Amino acid sequence: MILPRRRFILLATCAALSPALATPSEVAGLIQALVGDAPLKDGLIHLDLPVMVENGNAVAMSVSVADPPSPVASVHVFAEGNPLPRVAVFHFGPQSGAPRVSTRMRLATSQTVIAIARLKDGSCWRDSVDLLVTLAACIE
Amino acid sequence: MVRVLINVPKDIRANEPFDVKVLISHPMESGQRRDQLGLAIPRDIINHFICALDGETVLEAELFPAIAANPFLSFSAVTEKSGTLTLTFTDDHGVTQTETVSIIVT
Repeated sequence: MILPRRRFILLATCAALSPALATPSEVAGLIQALVGDAPLKDGLIHLDLPVMVENGNAVAMSVSVADPPSPVASVHVFAEGNPLPRVAVFHFGPQSGAPRVSTRMRLATSQTVIAIARLKDGSCWRDSVDLLVTLAACIE
Repeated sequence: MVRVLINVPKDIRANEPFDVKVLISHPMESGQRRDQLGLAIPRDIINHFICALDGETVLEAELFPAIAANPFLSFSAVTEKSGTLTLTFTDDHGVTQTETVSIIVT
């Protein structure tokens, strides 16, 4: 049993120590560092995520690149509203059947998730999904 | 050692892509959470995953704390002959675990 005043202090400390969320500008910086001087175009890559998320602890996510003009070097996924913006990086090898991958991710809040595909020819492609999260992944 | 479930189709045809599904039983502790006393729970995740078919890479993944607990990965592979699929993953303690599955082309 914790006294109400102690509980208040504990909660206040937790709130003060809880991690800051990433910002869209931080993600933009990461993407800039990744893409460099190459042109970044919308399309080609498809990021599949539900628009309404009930539980942010495990959200099915899939990324695919349909008919790439040159082999896909890597696919990067970023979440703008998570404490850490990087979600995953995928590299496809010579035995890959198709440049697509599915997994389950955590979402800390309603936010925009961005996927970037980098092809072997140097071009970069982007897709994003704006989503609403009802129950956030626990970060405290 | 963690429990790993790997699923590949029963009839795989030469040069036809097939799906590989992997489910790893792991808490993927994000390092963002705190326990009841307010102390940070240390990060413990699988940060690297690589799947290879007879030594040639199928998929290599760098994973971050934003991947949900018990990570699931589904991806596509292709082969022209029977072989061995090797899945290797590394956690934050540097422990590497390898699982293998035989691929039989019918």
